[in-house]
Amino acid sequence: MPSDISFAAPLNRRAFGGILLAGGMALALPRASHAQSADAARQLVTNAVGEVNRIIASGQPESAMLAAFERVFANYADVPTIARSTLGVAARQASQAQLSAYTQAYQGYVSRKYGRRFREFAGGQIEVTSVQPLKSYFEVVSTAYLRNKNPADVRWHVSQKGGQAKFFNIIIEGVNMLASERTEVQAILDQNRGNIDALTQALSRA
Amino acid sequence: MMASGHAALRAVSKLGAAASLLALAACGTPPVQTGTNDPQEQVNRERHEFNKRFDTALVKPVSQGYGRVVPGPVRTGVNNFADNLDLPGDALNGVFQGRPVAALENTARFVVNSTIGVLGIFDPASSMGLRGKPTDFGETLYTWGVGEGQYVEHPFFGPSTERDTYGAIVDYATNPVRLLVPSPERSIGTVAEGGSKLGDRYEYSDTIDSVLYESADSYAQTRLLYLQNRRYALGGGGEASGDDFIDPYADAGGAAPADFIDPYEDSNAQ
Repeated sequence: MPSDISFAAPLNRRAFGGILLAGGMALALPRASHAQSADAARQLVTNAVGEVNRIIASGQPESAMLAAFERVFANYADVPTIARSTLGVAARQASQAQLSAYTQAYQGYVSRKYGRRFREFAGGQIEVTSVQPLKSYFEVVSTAYLRNKNPADVRWHVSQKGGQAKFFNIIIEGVNMLASERTEVQAILDQNRGNIDALTQALSRA
Repeated sequence: MMASGHAALRAVSKLGAAASLLALAACGTPPVQTGTNDPQEQVNRERHEFNKRFDTALVKPVSQGYGRVVPGPVRTGVNNFADNLDLPGDALNGVFQGRPVAALENTARFVVNSTIGVLGIFDPASSMGLRGKPTDFGETLYTWGVGEGQYVEHPFFGPSTERDTYGAIVDYATNPVRLLVPSPERSIGTVAEGGSKLGDRYEYSDTIDSVLYESADSYAQTRLLYLQNRRYALGGGGEASGDDFIDPYADAGGAAPADFIDPYEDSNAQ
């Protein structure tokens, strides 16, 4: 097109090089931080799995292990976001105090529920195979190798909100833990006639 | 258990006929369904309670007895034997689905395990890299564009969908092993199938118990687990392998997978 030619003519080589460099920088900068975020997401999963394996190998009594699992869950998962999500519409009616009490109870409940089944994971390895962007998050794709079981596809959804990488969902062979947790919490909430305080009590006892 | 030469010839001609159906299967694979379609929930819930009582009274105790009495390696052999008998059907479905690589892998696996693996009791094929591609006619219907239909929980057989129910009936009626193997030998396969089911109930006891007996709404959990895992399997498992290769870079810019939940964008988020 003629307009392109007339536009290109006044551009000397240096200016052109400068624009190209600036453009390249503009493209390269977000990409570099993107790669860092991807590395952080991968590191998060590797570290979390490493800590869980160390706890299992430590051979401490089960109660101590469950407490240790809870610390890992609190450090590596975005527990407030997960907890609020499991509440569904009920989260909107909850006061700040009710929400934080529920979050605390939910954190212990999840750690005990899955922590009690740590024996199934004993000697298990998780190998991160890839990290890919997913909307504004990352999906860390891994394969779980458990004793006497076929390798399982495990995907971790990791967010960087608040500057720190934390996972907010795990998908095992297509089974979405957040969806499963939502179903479970909604059922317990229904059993308690929609009362959040009663739900919090029920989770603390479970 | 081995098919006679004549029977094998018939199987080959059946495969030939199946290959002509390939043209039919050439239409695109539909997107995997999302959400829950369960208008018969009341009936399904009653059946679910029945299935739980059946499990409590019979399946669970028998599976525990089976697991304790029969040593692990023997249970593995029973599972291998039963799995091996599924392979001809899997291969046939692979042809129907227009997935020749999967069909060939299942055929090769069947040949190796039926011979070197002593009628399928051992599984030398897996260590040769022939892990097999388990499939069924429900998946074939999916590749032909048939919709998932309603969610169904059947008495005794458990969770399924309308599509998978028709698929299971067709798989039973057209199972090459059932059609080709004479009746007294065939019953060994049925017994092995039962043993394999009990072995699975024993092996995955903790997981199954936690869903059936420890969750607040075991019906809803079962439905969720079944639908999600089934859809994942139909979507090719997201694995970049063989004929269901998925380009992760093509995925990245496109729509998020159906199993993606964004808790930050909840209507209830602040």
